[in-house]
Amino acid sequence: MHTPLVELTDNGLYCPAGGFYVDPWRAVDRAVITHAHGDHARADCAHYLAAAPGRGVLQLRVGAGADIHSVAYGERVKHGDVEVSLHPAGHILGSAQVRIERGGEVWVVSGDYKLGPDPTCAAFEPVRCDTFISESTFGLPIYRWAPQSRVFADINQWWRGNQQAGKASLLLCYALGKAQRVLAGVDAGIGPVYLHGAVERVTAAYRAAGVEMVPTQTVDLSRRGGDWSRALIVAPPSALNSPWARRFRPFASGFASGWMRIRGARRRRAVDRGFVLSDHADWPGLLAAIAATGASRVLVTHGRAATLVRYLAEERGLDAQVLATRFVGEGEEAAVEEPDAGDGAGAEEVRS
Amino acid sequence: MREFAALYAVLDETNKTGEKVAAMRRYFAEAPPEDAAWAVYFLTGRKPRQVISTRNLRAWATDAAGVPPWLFEECYEAVGDLAEAVALLLPDGTGQGADESTQIPDAAARAAEAWPLHRWVEERLLVLPRLAEEEQRRVMLAAWAELGPVERLVWNKLITGAFRVGVSQTLVIRAISEVGGVPVNAVAHRLMGTWAPTAEFFNQLLAEASPEAHSSRPYPFFLAHPLEEDAGSLGPIDSWQAEWKWDGIRAQVIRRGGEVFVWSRGEELITERFPEIALAARRLPEGTVLDGEVLPWKGGEVLPFAELQRRIGRKTLTRKILEEVPAMFLAFDMLERAGADLRAQPMSERRRALEATVQALGDSAIQRSPVVEAASWAALAGLREQSRGRRVEGLMLKRKDSRYGVGRVRGDWWKWKIDPYSVDAVLIYAQGGQGRRASLYTDYTFAVWRAGELVPFCKAYSGLTDAEIRQVDAFIRSHTREQFGPVRVVEPELVFEIGFEGIARSSRHKSGVAVRFPRMLRWRQDKRPDEADAIGRLLALLPRDATEDETAAGDEAAALPVGE
Repeated sequence: MHTPLVELTDNGLYCPAGGFYVDPWRAVDRAVITHAHGDHARADCAHYLAAAPGRGVLQLRVGAGADIHSVAYGERVKHGDVEVSLHPAGHILGSAQVRIERGGEVWVVSGDYKLGPDPTCAAFEPVRCDTFISESTFGLPIYRWAPQSRVFADINQWWRGNQQAGKASLLLCYALGKAQRVLAGVDAGIGPVYLHGAVERVTAAYRAAGVEMVPTQTVDLSRRGGDWSRALIVAPPSALNSPWARRFRPFASGFASGWMRIRGARRRRAVDRGFVLSDHADWPGLLAAIAATGASRVLVTHGRAATLVRYLAEERGLDAQVLATRFVGEGEEAAVEEPDAGDGAGAEEVRS
Repeated sequence: MREFAALYAVLDETNKTGEKVAAMRRYFAEAPPEDAAWAVYFLTGRKPRQVISTRNLRAWATDAAGVPPWLFEECYEAVGDLAEAVALLLPDGTGQGADESTQIPDAAARAAEAWPLHRWVEERLLVLPRLAEEEQRRVMLAAWAELGPVERLVWNKLITGAFRVGVSQTLVIRAISEVGGVPVNAVAHRLMGTWAPTAEFFNQLLAEASPEAHSSRPYPFFLAHPLEEDAGSLGPIDSWQAEWKWDGIRAQVIRRGGEVFVWSRGEELITERFPEIALAARRLPEGTVLDGEVLPWKGGEVLPFAELQRRIGRKTLTRKILEEVPAMFLAFDMLERAGADLRAQPMSERRRALEATVQALGDSAIQRSPVVEAASWAALAGLREQSRGRRVEGLMLKRKDSRYGVGRVRGDWWKWKIDPYSVDAVLIYAQGGQGRRASLYTDYTFAVWRAGELVPFCKAYSGLTDAEIRQVDAFIRSHTREQFGPVRVVEPELVFEIGFEGIARSSRHKSGVAVRFPRMLRWRQDKRPDEADAIGRLLALLPRDATEDETAAGDEAAALPVGE
């Protein structure tokens, strides 16, 4: 038995044989990044390795000057004693599972993932491995997602209903990933779509990467008054009670997140409407993904780790353990997800 | 059922009172009266007795969902609501991983889903208690399969007798009043007592108003402001009347038109909840309105407010609870005498009228709040120090020549509350919350220093804003050292100022002390954990003659999660 291919250190998940970290939570020399959300991609590392489609959004997070080596999905790179390749995780644009192989032994670090379809990124690809490191954000059987087509239909209907009631529709969601998925799913025929500055920057990076979304407009900060009642406005959650949002009054607020499945979470958000839309795997999704890897050992990170571990061990007979990382996943404190790099228009308004 | 479930969803989702009322108004205007009557019944908190035991409900749902029992319990804990956990856990054929074979609804089942509310209630819910257990199980499984997710939640809520949605009786009354064009207090009056939820009853609710409308109406409550300046700045003390600030339910007792009404400050009619007060009030002279506080009162002294809450929480008032927690009305003002409005009279006049009326009544269930006499502000401040021992929150100061105002006019009525005890403590364990706080870590255990070690001394879960809760939750998730079941041991990094009302020695607690009503006053982001308080500071707060376990009953003190 060798030393493990990936171990937990103070800096994050470390591959000693390859001399690199996966999603380190401190600045290190070599970082392999699964995706550009704040709890996975930190600035100030000397070298980054990431999947090519996500290069643009990663730059928003770690800076345009960062040394990013981007590779195509499936392309193998040699690092020390190991071979590394990245495979679609279906989470957001450019999200990847990290496959690490040494002498026939294969580990996969999943980062965050989902199995359901998403028009803005490549679909999750099951990768056979011996040890699978899985997230567990929604690791309870109460979390089951409806088909996204139905969620988009609900959003469209809500938007139309608000128009009829003479109210703008302020839809809150993560600026990176969720917002663009919404923009690729809503019906552009209903009315104009406006973006908050924080969403705007990320959306521009998605467009540059060739992702198709509905046409959008920037909110003209100098404009006073006006009729917003036909508009859908997409903004990060922190915008809800900000002065920025006041201009849209009267408006109905909506929040798109997997947490909206639970009434308690919906009420806590104090929004008018919750849409259950997540970029993480639901319970059936987690089980299906884990089964598809064929892994005999599963290490479970952020979320409901203890629950999933017990289930996998007792009900599926797998060697499962908790790996206590500092990842947050779809934390309810959504501010974590807002890219704060760059100083584009609207950046000051993200703070509230 | 579908329309009622849709109404439930709207009431549950929106936090705007206006929208809630509008949704109910729409429902009441459109629903057939036999459905609307049941809706009123459930929305005003009435419910049939629990039909199925929660134990059976859990067992059947666990079985139907095909999960191990421990996993069901974890789901329940995360959701914080049994009916909802069951509704979410059962595959509804919408999840990507859901088994297609469970998506039945055949034609007959669909028809049942479209059944109006009264048929679901009268032909299924009310029939269930008469069925054998196996038969009950079959009905439940069929209902779960037939109903959509929201209807299923509502059905489970009705079955478990836990139907509650974020509307007060006041809002339901307002909606009915707007639909029928009937004054609010007339509707409130018609909803009192026992009634059968029939179409006829609902039609009567909407019928034209009778003279009852005037007689039950309370006056708007006059409210006090917290006193922030030095009491001496209020001028000479003999211009002021001082009373203890009681910890009860602010209420008006009305005796008019041969009837008695007790209204809470939330403008809720609570007459039936306090039969001993209502009985005494029957003997008040016609045309009397008293303002005061409903208090739990036994053996000549006030009980802790928590006791009253315990009593309010009961749907039916058993003899036992009436004996354990008797209530009385402590009047401190008189607003109407012989049908004449006294509110423009000075406080001193109204006080005289109050004294005479209460004395003439001579009933221990309606007494007057004593005036606290002091020769100087300093002497009064000294008396205020006795507040904790008297189980009051401090003092009320009322200007003797003041009229009874409307709302919160500044300057005439002040509340001079005592400060809570407080210490700075370190967050060491966290647990998920209940209800609207489920799935967030909101229940915390706090520790203070003793010989270089952190000893837990209390649990607290209130006092933070939602935004702070989310921040602390995110910290907990990313700084967990160990997990024991639902409890997370977190890195001892965050410091909070903890306030509490009482403290006593306790042999049952590791820290050696137990505190009452602990809560977070402030998140001390300016403090490092080593700057938190030590146990000595708590010990110094102990009353000198403190006996063991004085606060043992109902305290919120720390229980060690480790090693359970």
